[in-house]
Amino acid sequence: MAMATSKRIVLDARGSFCPGPLMELIGGIRQAKLGEIVEVWSSDQGSRKDIPFWVQKAGHELVSVVDEDGYTRFVVRKAR
Amino acid sequence: MKIVILGGGVGGTIVANLLAKRLRAAEADIILVDRTGRHAYQPGYVYVAFGKTKAKTLTRDVRRLLRKRVKLVLGEATRIDPVGRRVHLADGRVLEYDRLVVALGARLVPEELPGFAEAAHHFYTPEAAAKLREALAAFQGGTIVVTVASVPYKCPPAPAEAACQLDYYYTKRGIRDKVDIRFLSPLSRVFPIETLNPLVERVFADDKIRSTIFFNVESIDTKGQTVTSIEGETVPYDLLVMVPPHRGAKVVEDSGLGDRGGWLPTDKHTLRTKAHADIFGLGDCTDLPVSKAGAAAHFQAKVVADALVSDIRGLPATARYDGRVVCYCDAGRNRGISISFDYEHPPKPPRSLGLRAWLGKHFLNRAYWHLVPTGRV
Repeated sequence: MAMATSKRIVLDARGSFCPGPLMELIGGIRQAKLGEIVEVWSSDQGSRKDIPFWVQKAGHELVSVVDEDGYTRFVVRKAR
Repeated sequence: MKIVILGGGVGGTIVANLLAKRLRAAEADIILVDRTGRHAYQPGYVYVAFGKTKAKTLTRDVRRLLRKRVKLVLGEATRIDPVGRRVHLADGRVLEYDRLVVALGARLVPEELPGFAEAAHHFYTPEAAAKLREALAAFQGGTIVVTVASVPYKCPPAPAEAACQLDYYYTKRGIRDKVDIRFLSPLSRVFPIETLNPLVERVFADDKIRSTIFFNVESIDTKGQTVTSIEGETVPYDLLVMVPPHRGAKVVEDSGLGDRGGWLPTDKHTLRTKAHADIFGLGDCTDLPVSKAGAAAHFQAKVVADALVSDIRGLPATARYDGRVVCYCDAGRNRGISISFDYEHPPKPPRSLGLRAWLGKHFLNRAYWHLVPTGRV
């Protein structure tokens, strides 16, 4: 579920098991322009490991990880 | 009231038939618009590639699948005007609506990845599947790379299924020892669903399928026969099987209703589009965080039909989509797996792949036409 504002794509992937929050994030990063922020919301525990690992491997920047009530917000900047 | 449904695939056909069953003629006109007039059972395409099915058995006339009361319009929607509540068709016709259902599916855009058309095989259209069948038959040995051009794509487990089917195919041909099957996954694991991943990894190990994770394709070098990822790895291939890039429906993009991938922003529970409550989004063309598959559109269609009936009768719309998906995967060697989940409940891992789920898949392949588009199940 994407809400595109001027420089930020917010992806609500809460409750997503297949294809899952990481795939939503990768899709968002592909759509984003260099320097833009992609934020993905996940209620899947696996994301805590998956998302930072992928962001590092793909050379992007993990700006913040914010715990909310029942889900986590991962804020990523497209860096390459 | 006029209800216009765009798309005669799984979702659109079920909505039209359920409405025709439940609404009296005086309550609503039900109009379904389809570009080709043919409805395809897309899960069958992979069987075309492996020589088990002929493409012509996988389509039916949309008209034959629809109840009589549904008016079928053959044409291509080229613009949606949400303010004037009109849909413009390519031939100049204009359809007015009170409620619109957009069920147009995903669009394959191979042109978005340079080299794809020249170098890559796939099984996402009947023509491509037939071409892949010839390439597989001619292949005498070397490396087959199985991967996806980008996410999202239809039927997340399909590439893993194809890799298992390749193992079975070349084992039967007696040249499996000459064929190296490499599976490149865009995710942190080989299978999209975490709870099922350990099982699929065991199957890959048994089938000697080599896997690489975090491989999101950046480019294809058609001369050097290599594929490179945005994560910086390069893998050589002799035969490349790659799911093509996907986007949302063209009319959604052209009407300014899509997000940057062309997907239609849709509420994940009510299935109404976020910008317009009188337009519903259904299936692969939406940005819903579930599998792009008939196995999801099937359940969404019932919610959309319920909501439309409530709207027309002036009742509060209480129908909610809970994220339900039920599907079968075929891993070759007469082994299958059945998967079901929703937004709140991840799929439960089965102990092993089994004959029962494999039979379930093959039963569905045949019974689909009688059970699914009609809205019976």
